[in-house]
Amino acid sequence: MRFLPTDEQRDFARTLRALLGAADVPAAVRAWGAGEHGPGRTVWARAAGTGLFALAADEAYDGLGPLPVETAFGFVEWGRSGMPGPAVETAAVAVLLSRLGDGTLAKRFLPGLLAGEVLATLTLPGGGPYALDADAAACRFRVSRAGELRLARTAGERLASTDPARRLFRPAVAEEEPLAEGPRVLEAAAAALGWARLLTAAQCLGVGEALLARTVAYAKQRTQFGTPIGGFQAVKHRLADTLMALEFARPLLWAGALSLERGEVAAAKLTAGEAAYAAAMTALQVHGAVGYTEELDLSLWLRKARPLRDAWGTPSQCRADVLEARLPLTGR
Amino acid sequence: MELTHTAGVRAFRAEARDWLAAHVPASPLPSLETAEGFAAHRAWEALLHRGRWAVVSWPEEYGGRGVDLERWLVFEEEYWAAGAPGRVSQNGISLLAPTLLAHGTERQRARVLPPMASGEVIWAQAWSEPEAGSDLASLTSRAERTEGGWLLTGQKTWSSRAAFADRAFGIFRSEASQAGAAKPHQGLTYLMFDLRAPGVTVRPIGRLDGKPAFAELFLDRVFVPDEDVIGEPGQGWRIAMSTTGNERGLTLRSPGRFLAAAGRLVSLWEAAGDPGDTAMRDRVADAVVGARAYELFTWANAARFAAGETIGAESSLNKVFWSQYDIALHETALDLLGADAELVDGAWAEPWVFSLAGPIYAGTNEIQRDIIAERLLGLPKGRR
Repeated sequence: MRFLPTDEQRDFARTLRALLGAADVPAAVRAWGAGEHGPGRTVWARAAGTGLFALAADEAYDGLGPLPVETAFGFVEWGRSGMPGPAVETAAVAVLLSRLGDGTLAKRFLPGLLAGEVLATLTLPGGGPYALDADAAACRFRVSRAGELRLARTAGERLASTDPARRLFRPAVAEEEPLAEGPRVLEAAAAALGWARLLTAAQCLGVGEALLARTVAYAKQRTQFGTPIGGFQAVKHRLADTLMALEFARPLLWAGALSLERGEVAAAKLTAGEAAYAAAMTALQVHGAVGYTEELDLSLWLRKARPLRDAWGTPSQCRADVLEARLPLTGR
Repeated sequence: MELTHTAGVRAFRAEARDWLAAHVPASPLPSLETAEGFAAHRAWEALLHRGRWAVVSWPEEYGGRGVDLERWLVFEEEYWAAGAPGRVSQNGISLLAPTLLAHGTERQRARVLPPMASGEVIWAQAWSEPEAGSDLASLTSRAERTEGGWLLTGQKTWSSRAAFADRAFGIFRSEASQAGAAKPHQGLTYLMFDLRAPGVTVRPIGRLDGKPAFAELFLDRVFVPDEDVIGEPGQGWRIAMSTTGNERGLTLRSPGRFLAAAGRLVSLWEAAGDPGDTAMRDRVADAVVGARAYELFTWANAARFAAGETIGAESSLNKVFWSQYDIALHETALDLLGADAELVDGAWAEPWVFSLAGPIYAGTNEIQRDIIAERLLGLPKGRR
């Protein structure tokens, strides 16, 4: 059993990490929050060029997948970079349209989405009520409880999030184009929900790692009482606990990506979401007052951690799923 | 990346499962921290050894099956899932044996390992001293050169299993430290000694629940022959640290133990839990997720081992995780039991007491967090 990333998987993550690291993501996040999507979309298109969204779509529809493990590795990097936008939703739409198996719909939407030219957002039963970044997304999908797949013509009413870079919209249900309906839509939506939850877990892990890395760097250079604060046990131990939470979330993410089983994905989302939020609280405390400012770039990750912890499956929903789906405990 | 076993591993699992189903005692043995229970657990070790399941990862010549880490982990899953007894030989098997395999001589291995595997000789550890706990390198018990061997003098404490065990291993100061010397971990020697040798006094210490789970050892010129020194005299610290690496790493607390405990907790929740109590439900879910996380973390590290990497300070993450996890799991069980939680004869009371020691032994969690912060995060060394 080799429960470790392959060289190819590592290489893909490294490539995306370098690409995102070279971009001025903090500036793009701030612009995005102000409703200027241009800088973010430039980085988005470049990331899509590595296959980030194509990995979620079937080969039959010009995708490269479905490759959930590789996609999850990509979304860890997305989270680490702090990138804004409906990336999880776009990938989930790619899954939904692939699963639906309707060639006409797939041809209509997937090429633009996979190439990073068009952004998509999505709401569906079991997810949250608001469409993320419906202004930036040209394709606003909604799956109703009755199993109708619909496309909204307008973004809908905007609701401000505690993370300005997450622009939320109440779906404009009155102005929708029906696309498909039936049990197949609900099946495809269930698959898309699982992917959305998995990729949000991946994004959380990346956000948490970025927060920890910035905080460790700060603790090494910030001096008080004549010594770096990172030498004090109270600070060290909190950072050690933060690392531990992230390191134990990682293999759950891998297992969730390998199986896509409901309990495994829920365990990954629960653990990565909580670890990222704990990393945010550690980052805030260790930075002191300067960490509590919007001016410091740290805020761009700090503000993401809490909403991502709850997006596509709150901790409580995930815990219920873990027990209901009976996570395997031995004898595989 | 994969999370599946080969047919060969699955067959090994099936063989272990069948043997355990046929041999695990139907009712639990008495506590291994009592004279009666210690004897019963020793007899179980002998039975396990006759089935060649006592030390599956050891070479065949010493009573093992020479299996890899993956199969050892699978065996452990089956062992704990079967409700098999705690391992009274644990100290020897997981601490001394890896040391002998790495640093001992062929003669030492041939002499010490087979009776350890069969439970004929049960080992206690002798690390801590009254004034040397977390700061173990400040220890002062001495090993003095004498004809054909060494004389041990001093006091060891918190020596697990020593109340009933046969022999012990530990490190002793064999070269006088220079006054004010900056390197207290130099000049230490790793030795094995007989707990019934002349000059040894064993004073059992009652654990929190009163059971003599550990002991103080008073040593007064106890003779140890040269053949019972492991590695070079003076190199004891380095040799001992290689064992504590094992202890904290993958071999002290296998995931199988926690997977089985989480399974029992889910059963208890289903039998005794209030379905409307979502706070309790969440804690049960956390126990399930924690066991799975620990299992998967271990599989990833086992794969790193198999690929030739070494696990260093990461083993400190492991130790802090399982020791905290173990307490939380048992506390959840006690809360589910309500008024019955405090009954000593319940299935969860003694394991709960045992779990409370986890953050203290094998290097306190505070020391582990220092190691994590300094070696994995690169934070500066500070005063402890």
